[in-house]
Amino acid sequence: MADDATMNGVVLAADGLPLKASLNKAMRKSRLRALLLVAPLFIFVLFSFLIPIFDMTMRSVDNWHVSGLMPETTKALENWDGKALPEEPVFAALILDLKAGAISREIGKVGTRLNYEKSGLRSMITSSARKSKKVKEGPYKPIVLKMHKRWKELETWTVIKRNTSKYTIGYYLNAVDMKYDNKTNDIVMQPEERQIYGTLFLRTFAISLAITLICVVLAYPISYLLATLPVRYSNLLMIFVLLPFWTSLLVRTTAWIAMLQSQGVLNDLFVFFGLVDDANRLQLIHNLTGTIIAMTHILLPFMVLPLYSVMKTIPPSYMRAALSLGANPVTAYVRVYMPLTLSGIGAGSILVFILSIGYYITPALVGGTDGTLISNQIAYHMQSSLNWGLAGALGALLLFSVLALYLIYNKIVGIDNMRLG
Amino acid sequence: MSDVSEPLVRFESVQKSYDGEILVVKDFNLDVAKGEFVTMLGPSGSGKTTCLMMLAGFEPATHGEIYLEGTPINNVPPHKRGIGMVFQNYALFPHMTVAENLAFPLEVRGMGKSEISEKVNRALDMVRLGGFGDRRPAQLSGGQQQRVAVSRALVFEPSLVLMDEPLGALDKNLREEMQYEIKHIHENLQVTMVYVTHDQAEALTMSNRIAVFDDGIVQQLAPPDELYEKPNNAFVAGFIGENNRLFGEVKSIDGEFCQVELEGGGGMVKALAVNIGGVGTRTTLSLRPERTTIGAAQGVSENSLEAKVEELIYLGDHIRSRVSLSGNDQFVVKVPNSHGHVHLKEGEITQIGWEAEDCRALDA
Repeated sequence: MADDATMNGVVLAADGLPLKASLNKAMRKSRLRALLLVAPLFIFVLFSFLIPIFDMTMRSVDNWHVSGLMPETTKALENWDGKALPEEPVFAALILDLKAGAISREIGKVGTRLNYEKSGLRSMITSSARKSKKVKEGPYKPIVLKMHKRWKELETWTVIKRNTSKYTIGYYLNAVDMKYDNKTNDIVMQPEERQIYGTLFLRTFAISLAITLICVVLAYPISYLLATLPVRYSNLLMIFVLLPFWTSLLVRTTAWIAMLQSQGVLNDLFVFFGLVDDANRLQLIHNLTGTIIAMTHILLPFMVLPLYSVMKTIPPSYMRAALSLGANPVTAYVRVYMPLTLSGIGAGSILVFILSIGYYITPALVGGTDGTLISNQIAYHMQSSLNWGLAGALGALLLFSVLALYLIYNKIVGIDNMRLG
Repeated sequence: MSDVSEPLVRFESVQKSYDGEILVVKDFNLDVAKGEFVTMLGPSGSGKTTCLMMLAGFEPATHGEIYLEGTPINNVPPHKRGIGMVFQNYALFPHMTVAENLAFPLEVRGMGKSEISEKVNRALDMVRLGGFGDRRPAQLSGGQQQRVAVSRALVFEPSLVLMDEPLGALDKNLREEMQYEIKHIHENLQVTMVYVTHDQAEALTMSNRIAVFDDGIVQQLAPPDELYEKPNNAFVAGFIGENNRLFGEVKSIDGEFCQVELEGGGGMVKALAVNIGGVGTRTTLSLRPERTTIGAAQGVSENSLEAKVEELIYLGDHIRSRVSLSGNDQFVVKVPNSHGHVHLKEGEITQIGWEAEDCRALDA
C-alpha cells in the first residue's frame, strides 16, 4: 500500500494525474461510441414519439385563443369583478379585437373555443365580428349589446373572462364528465345524458381486463405444451402461434368479420348443426362480443410468448422433486409450478392490458356502438370534431393511467422480474 | 452382502428404450440391501441415470420389474413411492425459503404445524444450517444448497434416498467435503442410498458397492477395493483408476496364469488369467502404474521389460513418467518422490518389472 501514489487522499495514476481523471479520459471514447450507437434511435423516438406526446399533452391545457386573438379584451377584462355586465372600455376593446379578428379571419377560432364551454357562442362571435366592420365610433356598449342577444347575458362574459387565462383544465374536466357551471364558475358534473367519457373509460378498462383474463386462461396451457414438448413439435406449434402475428392486423380483423357476421361462417355452421334457428342468428360482431373475440385473438401471442419464455426456464426437475417429496401431481403443479410462472403471467398480463386499453383499429372495425373503446373516441376528436384539446386530455389520461398501473405493478411484482422473451 | 433378509430394492431383468430402437438399459439386475450405499458409476449415456429415474418412477421400465421392499412398483406413481431424491441441480424451489422447502414434503403428508417446525429444525441442524431457514435458496452458496437438498430428501424419513450426480456442480474441495458429509449421514441414519455419478473417485470414497455401467450393461458390481484391484474386464480396468494396457495373444494357459506374447515385440509375459478366451485369442493386459518396479534387475520380478523414458511430469509427491514399452508409448509408471528412489531422465533406457498376479489378462 505504501507504493500507492496518493496526494491529499486522491489516488494518482502513473503520470501523476488523478486516477479518476485518467479513467474518465480512457472511458470517454467508449462512452462516445455508445452514444453514437444510440443516437439514431434516440432521434427517431424523439421526433416520432416524445415530441408528439409532449405536444398533444400541451394542447390539452393550452388556452391561447382568447388571450392570443382578443388581447385588448383580455387586458380590459383583467379588473372586471364579474358581478354585472362590463363597462364601456371593455366593449371598446372588444370592438377592436373583433375588427382585427375579422380582418385576419381568425376570430372563428375564438368562437369554436368558447362554443366548447357554452353552445351558441360561436355564432355570436362570428356574426358580431362580421358586423363590427361597419362600426365607426362609440359609445360601443349599446352597439355591441344590439349585435347579439348573448352579449347581454352575464354568463357569456363569465365564460370569456375564464378563458382569458393562458392555460385551462377545461378539457380535463370535460374528459372526466365535468364542467364549469357558467353562472357560478364552480366545477360541477355534466348532466347525466352528457356523461360519456367516464363510462367509456370504465368500459375500456373492463374490456381490457376481460381480454387479459381470457388470454391468461387460453395461453397458459398452450405455453405449457410449448415449453414441455420435444423441440421438433414445439417449433411447429410455435409457428402456429406466431402465424397470426405475422399476418396483417387488418386482414385478421376483417377475417373475423367474415367469420362472425350473421351470414358468416360461424353462424352458418350453427344453423347447419341446428344449434341456432335460421331466423335468430347470433349477433357476434359489431358489438362487445366481437371486440372481445377479435382482440383476444390478436393479443394472444403477447401472452403466450412471455409465458413460454418463463416456462422454458423452469427445469423439469422442480416438478419431479415435488413429486418425489410426496406431492400429488395437482399439488405439485399448484404449489411449485404455478408460482414459478407468476412473473410470466405478470409480464404477459401487463403487456396485453396496456396494448388493449389503447387499441384502436379492431374495436373501430368490429366494435359497433357498445364495443368501442376510449381510443376510438380520441380518434373521433382528432379527425371529426377537431377538438384536439379534448383528444389530448383523453390521451393524457390514458397515458397517465397506464403509467400508474405500471408503477403499481412495479411495486408489487418488480419490473426486474418481468420477462418478455 | 450375503443377506438372508429381503433386499430393499430389486431390479429384475429391467430394460429401457426411449425410441423403440435402441436399448439404453439392456438387462439390469441389482439387489440393494437395507442400509447399503450402492453407486451406479459410468460414463454419460451409459444408462445409469435412466435406471435411477425408473426407480424413482419418472421413467417407466420398458421390460422387467422393479421391487421395493418386495412389492412391484412399476405401476406406483412417483409421489406414492416414498423415495427421497436429490437432483443434479438440487431442484430447491426458488420461491420458497429453505424452511418452506424442507416443510413441503411434511405438509403434503398432512403433518401438524408444530411437528413440521420441529422436524425442519432438526433437519437443518443435521446439515449445520440452523438459522438459515428464512433464506431463499438463491441466497445460499452451492455447498449450502446442496446440504439443504440432501436434508429435504431425508426430512420425511424415507427408507431409500436416490442421488443423481448431486455434487457435479461443486468445485473440487467442496465436493470432497460433501462426499464425507453424505457418507457420514448415511452411516448415522442407516438409510439406504442409491447414488449415481460419473466420478470414480466419488464412487470409491462413498460406496459399499459400485455398479459400473457401460453401454446399458452392468460391467461389474463389486465393493470399491475389489473393483480397483480385481477388475473383471478391460472397460472396468480402464474406467476405475489409472491403468496401463498391453495387447497380446494368449499362448498357453497354466491354471490361474497364462503366457501372453505381446504385440509390438515385447516378448512373452506371465499374467493372471481373468477373462480370456482359449489359447490363440487376443487379450488386454491390465497393469496399475503403482504396481510396477523401475530399474528392476532381470529376474527380480516375474516380468521385466526394457523401456525408454519419453516424458516426465513433476506432480509433487510423485513423478509421472511416460515410457514406451513393447511398442506402447503411453505406458505410465509412477516414481515416488522420496529419498533413495531412482530418478529417471528423459530418453533413458530402463527396466520395468511387475509380478504376474498384478497383471490381469482381460477381454480384448
